[in-house]
Amino acid sequence: MRRPQIKDWVLLAALIAAFATLMANTHLWVATLRLLFPAEAQVIHPRASPLTLLLEHLALVAISSSITILIGVPLGIWVTRRSGRNFLPIVTDLTSFGQTFPPIAVLALAVPVLGFGVLPTVVALFLYGLMPVVRNTIAGLNAVPHDLIDAAYGMGMSRIQALLRVEIPLSARVILAGIRISVIINIGTAMIGAAIGAGGLGSPIIAGLVLDNLAYIIEGALPAAVLAVLADQLLTNVEQSFVY
Amino acid sequence: MIRLEHVTKVYDITIAVNDFSLEVAKGEVCVLIGPSGCGKTTTLRMINRLIEPTSGKIYIDGKDTSQIKPEQLRLSIGYAIQSVGLFPHLSVAQNIATVPELLHWDRKRVARRVDELLELVGLNPREYARKYPRELSGGEAQRIGVARALAADPPILLMDEPFGAVDPLTRERLQAQFVRIQQEVRKTVILVTHDLDEAIRLADRIAIMAAGKLVQHDTPETILSRPSNKFVHDFVGTDRALKRLSRISITNFIRQSSSVNVNAPVKEVMAACDKCRWVWVVNDAGQLVGWIDRTTLPEGGSVKEAIVQVKPEEIAVLTSATLREALSRMLGQGFRSVPVVDDKVRLIGEVTLRDIESATAETETS
Repeated sequence: MRRPQIKDWVLLAALIAAFATLMANTHLWVATLRLLFPAEAQVIHPRASPLTLLLEHLALVAISSSITILIGVPLGIWVTRRSGRNFLPIVTDLTSFGQTFPPIAVLALAVPVLGFGVLPTVVALFLYGLMPVVRNTIAGLNAVPHDLIDAAYGMGMSRIQALLRVEIPLSARVILAGIRISVIINIGTAMIGAAIGAGGLGSPIIAGLVLDNLAYIIEGALPAAVLAVLADQLLTNVEQSFVY
Repeated sequence: MIRLEHVTKVYDITIAVNDFSLEVAKGEVCVLIGPSGCGKTTTLRMINRLIEPTSGKIYIDGKDTSQIKPEQLRLSIGYAIQSVGLFPHLSVAQNIATVPELLHWDRKRVARRVDELLELVGLNPREYARKYPRELSGGEAQRIGVARALAADPPILLMDEPFGAVDPLTRERLQAQFVRIQQEVRKTVILVTHDLDEAIRLADRIAIMAAGKLVQHDTPETILSRPSNKFVHDFVGTDRALKRLSRISITNFIRQSSSVNVNAPVKEVMAACDKCRWVWVVNDAGQLVGWIDRTTLPEGGSVKEAIVQVKPEEIAVLTSATLREALSRMLGQGFRSVPVVDDKVRLIGEVTLRDIESATAETETS
């Protein structure tokens, strides 16, 4: 493994810019899909432009992943501290349970309570993405060599100083790997949000399945796939910056 | 300076340290030594409260350490461990700066101190400050570890097998450097080791531990010549006489030696000394280059043609050497004397086997 170089970042930025430009160009979408599917009356979903769908999708992922990180990382830290160590088994069990529970089932259960739209989708995505973050935070912190923590305390660091100056920097790579996995899962899983009206790239897919319109399906699936690949590369780059 | 009074540490049913009392004077190097599991590391870690004693008191400068906040206490005690524990995500400079930064020194002062310490441990600041721990050799890492422990100039230094994880040659260099640094900084040091040679080399006083108890606390000389009981006697081993030699500097045993210049004519060799068989040969700068055997001397010509050339680093010892090193050189070369050179390889004199024998006899009877 090696740290990402400037050229890696430049390449990634160029790819992201190209992707955004293509997504913004609705005419290009229409022209290309019409060429591929001359038989279809309509080739892009009329509800919103591809770019709007992408931004809706990104918003869903951003909100749910932010909550996952804001809750998952501190939770992982807490259960590796003295004060929370007793809760380690129950927290790992609950987060695994959150992931084994199918998100579509979470949606079905959430709708009667939270109604339709973005909120139940975010809840489902949050629960589904929590495990990799919590698990990796715990694994990363537990993997910090004990003699380094010993040296930190021995030099006079308080528990919080040792955590912030030594433990977190040294486990950052593993924690970030968990976040990356969680975000990628969320990008895929956020598709189902369309089923209960949360919008996003799932909308044309569902419409395409209902209307048997392959062009719609491609309009949703292709950007989602590219988004996942780019997000993965971006987060991998961030992660690799913490190789020591 | 440091006083342990009836300190005991009990883990469940095992007694790690049992009613241990010890006093270490200011500026003294006290080496805690004993077999594995004798409680020496536990004792060390109780001094900076990484481990809390079950009972007993530890005083530093007369202050009861249990009344000082552990973090506060540790900031004033340097701590170096066997695994070094350099933080891999921080540069050498940042590692050394750890404690000064915890103490909120201003940036300039920290930078100055880092350079100063790198110089002290013999590493070039410009070359090393920006390196990362993964780029260091084992010996370099150990030295940075010591520099880091000294960073905020703590009066006390606790070292847990600080030279344990390096090869024997590097270890010896590090030990020699430690002796030099300690002469300069005069810290109160408690050092844990299981290596008796290291203890003898570094200690002002050795505290021998067994099964959590202090068995003997004395100067290395006394421990070697008068072990207090069978345990100590067995622990120091049967080569006590040899070990004792490593406590004696050659300084007082250097005698004038006869030498000739490498460019001199052979007849000067006869003039240099008329009883001895071998004569050292030096160059114009006074540096040792070889020796000459008078019994096989040719009739004429210059010294240059008759000498046996030598590599000084192989046959000579430095003025800072011990009698043990001198003896070892003699046995290795099959000589009855060993030339002594200064750090510029200039011949100072020689030490003879006879002198070492008499030194052994003296300490034996004393």
